[in-house]
Amino acid sequence: MKEILLLKDGEIVLKGQNRRQFEDILKRNLRHALEDLGRFEITSAQSTIYIRPLSDDVDFDEACDRVSRVFGIVSFSRAAMCEEKTMESVLATAPVYLEKILRGAKTFKVEAKRSDKKFPLRSPDICRETGGLLLSKFPHLRVDVHNPDVTVYVEIRDFGAYIHADPIRGAGGIPVGTGGRAAILISGGIDSPVAAYMMAKRGIKLTAIHFASPPYTSRRAEEKVVRLLEKVSRYAGPIRMYTVPFTKLQEKLRDDCPEELFTIIMRRLMMQISERIAKQRECAALITGESLGQVASQTIGALGCTDEATSMVVFRPLIGMDKQEIINIAYKIDTYETSIEPYEDCCTVFTPRHPRTKPILKFVKRAQEQAGFEPLVEEALQNLKITEINA
Amino acid sequence: MHYLDNSATTAVSPAAAQAALRLMTVKFCNPSSLHALGVAAEHELTAAREAVARALGANAVELTFTSGGTEANNLAVFGAAAAKRRTRKRIVISATEHSSVMEAARQLADEGWEMVRISPAEDGTVHPEDVAGVVTADTALVSVMLVNNETGAINPVADIFEAARLRCRDVICHTDAVQAFGKLPVRVKSLGADLLTVSAHKVHAPKGCGALYVKKGVRILPRQFGGEQEKRLRGGTEALPSIAAFGVACGEFAIAENLEKVAALHAYAKEKLLSIDGVVLNSPENALPYVLNISAGRVRSETILHFLEEREIYVSSGSACAKGKPSHVLSAMGIDKKRADSALRISFSKYNTRDDVDALANAIAFGLKTLAYR
Repeated sequence: MKEILLLKDGEIVLKGQNRRQFEDILKRNLRHALEDLGRFEITSAQSTIYIRPLSDDVDFDEACDRVSRVFGIVSFSRAAMCEEKTMESVLATAPVYLEKILRGAKTFKVEAKRSDKKFPLRSPDICRETGGLLLSKFPHLRVDVHNPDVTVYVEIRDFGAYIHADPIRGAGGIPVGTGGRAAILISGGIDSPVAAYMMAKRGIKLTAIHFASPPYTSRRAEEKVVRLLEKVSRYAGPIRMYTVPFTKLQEKLRDDCPEELFTIIMRRLMMQISERIAKQRECAALITGESLGQVASQTIGALGCTDEATSMVVFRPLIGMDKQEIINIAYKIDTYETSIEPYEDCCTVFTPRHPRTKPILKFVKRAQEQAGFEPLVEEALQNLKITEINA
Repeated sequence: MHYLDNSATTAVSPAAAQAALRLMTVKFCNPSSLHALGVAAEHELTAAREAVARALGANAVELTFTSGGTEANNLAVFGAAAAKRRTRKRIVISATEHSSVMEAARQLADEGWEMVRISPAEDGTVHPEDVAGVVTADTALVSVMLVNNETGAINPVADIFEAARLRCRDVICHTDAVQAFGKLPVRVKSLGADLLTVSAHKVHAPKGCGALYVKKGVRILPRQFGGEQEKRLRGGTEALPSIAAFGVACGEFAIAENLEKVAALHAYAKEKLLSIDGVVLNSPENALPYVLNISAGRVRSETILHFLEEREIYVSSGSACAKGKPSHVLSAMGIDKKRADSALRISFSKYNTRDDVDALANAIAFGLKTLAYR
């Protein structure tokens, strides 16, 4: 039996003149996600995208899994394509294709969508005939039109007739690439991968920036970030990661700045370096995983000092979230287990014993200026390492 | 490259590697097969068993091959407890045991056994009278390692077992000899061990292979069930390539000669390292010279480890975990947290030279001058 995926566009239906462009990007993202699984035909009509495998050996389970992570799709259905667009063919297909799921259900109903108005039977007739047949084939079933275990859909469309059970929830959001490009500052903790995921969900294409301080941080910490980005990239598509050699800056920080300001000046330096990388790579914004009040550098005062270091827009999608809410998303996108691996990252090197929670911008700036980081910033920017990430 | 992490694992000796290759590609058959090739493979297995037994002064039938030291230690702890569970309720271990004994014992404690842990004295070793003090008539097992993996401390295992048996005649005495085997003369009889663990990859053989010596007449129960291999104490097709390589590696032991060489190297390293300002010794004075545990100033273990790795010098951090959880061995010895946080374990093999020590000492001296501490 030939299977097909029917995808429901999400928010992009609401776009006006740009809708076509959004749809093209979505199709391109789908094509990329399925690329190595075989050849597919991807078409769209009537705010539905059709994905049809062009060969029989395609791993369709894996294809469904991949599609479930593409932003811009509210829901999708894995459907059987009837041999012909006739009622006989529908009745021949439905009990075979849905046998397993109907055997596991107690109640069901049938819904018909007849967008091809030339089809001889009308929707209520299609439902009645299909329902009658299923009841006779599966005598344990009862009809329940209000709260069925399974809804059987019969869709009569321009290109054919399709049978499927309840649709599967899609990733939501809007297609990656329709919202421009931004740079995520990623450390390896729980928060930043979640922040990256959330902005990708709003259509942002990601570039990643990671700060490494060997020998204070280990190679495993950097490899961990790569593995985290691979997970994010299953949603966000290919990501280019820049690793900034940060050791000398941190050593200077330790030598020439007051201890209680270590963290805040470090965050400012990270912002400034990221801004320069971002601008050269046509990123329009920075993204961080900061959440208000989580640690000393994420108080309202500290964030103010950090923000002042850059003129770029900074997205902080986790700002109002509790740790548990963040962890829930980390579980969902499968980054949690990796995030909690215990490698020292650059944020925990030289943490002050008593960080300032209400830093005064004037003093922070003065301390930073007096230390004179510029030559080291330049040097770091000259020695960026690039890693291409593609799940 | 300066590899000074030989207590973690060792390079496989060329002869051992060749033996493994031959048993993977030429004599690859299953020792349990009834046909002639199976018999030939079984002969290889027997030869290896005899070689390992010879190195321990044991009888070949007393050896059970396992997947490594951890499995052998688990088999010893759980197997002894299971065999004695009707009449006994206590197990005694030292506080410096390897996690494969410690965690197994903790699991038994969760299941209702009474676990007693003996802290080492300040010299890092476990004293016989301390063990004897807690062995009761209802003790099933005493497990004390021969050489500690982090500090090289050598426990007086023979005396400990003797003292324990005075309190409980038929207590099962187990020693984890993984770090001692091939480095010191390990004789099961003079140690008085009922059970003794060895591992292949610490003695220039491949990973994935170890053995448990079970003294004839001592009964323990299996943990893994299946075929009738290893006298039904450990079901599963034997990992013949690794086992054969293990046998070859045991045949290559030159304990006295290597000990002398490594002792000289150890003395040289100790002198050089301790002359660096800020370096202190954590290993006890009479420790096995293959292991040297130091604390380097106030720089954290992991930082200096990565600093050394940038110079192709490889050592181990004394502490088990990156996030500042200090080593249970060092803290059991009464070493404070700060010092434990900067512990480094340097471990030698017969392949090391003075050149390795010079590179290490120079790098540590340089690192202590430039690295930030906290």
